[in-house]
Amino acid sequence: MSAARDILTVCFVLAGVLFFVAGTVGLLRFPDSLTRLHALTKADNLGLGFVALGLAIHASGIILALRLVAVWLLGLAASATVSQLLARAISVRAAPE
Amino acid sequence: MSSFLLLAAILVLADVAAGLVRLLWGPAEDRMMSAQLLGTGGIATVLLLGAAEGSPAAVDLPPTLALLAAFASAAFVEAVTATADTMPEDDTGT
Repeated sequence: MSAARDILTVCFVLAGVLFFVAGTVGLLRFPDSLTRLHALTKADNLGLGFVALGLAIHASGIILALRLVAVWLLGLAASATVSQLLARAISVRAAPE
Repeated sequence: MSSFLLLAAILVLADVAAGLVRLLWGPAEDRMMSAQLLGTGGIATVLLLGAAEGSPAAVDLPPTLALLAAFASAAFVEAVTATADTMPEDDTGT
């Protein structure tokens, strides 16, 4: 049981790291600001979600696991807000009235 | 297990450091994206380090990082949209 949990944790954390790397590659390589925003905000929060999920499986109690999930939800809310705001800033600067 | 989590934390941290290259390249919005990546990656790093060292109190720190990154971006956007038509060039509003 413990070994199965460890394997699940390793898989999820590795997936999370992979998504973080994908997001950073997108941030560095994509051609314009909106595509970079798209790559960053989606891939990174998926990465954070996988890391939090892997650690929640690994966690000692249900309360700690729920707090990890809560951290992910807060990260999602913050990132969604920021991506909307930044997209507006990009469009305002691209076409100032 | 804890050494694997430590390695994962180092990988995420290195990834965030690579993302900071965008901070050098600009433009201004992308610099804020880089700061956002620092927030998200910092959360993941702190969570992984806390799990690696078995200290559950590490879960209390990440919300601060998330809020700081969000507020920084909100302040930036406020500044940009408030002064959009008086801005001469690229590097203002940071």
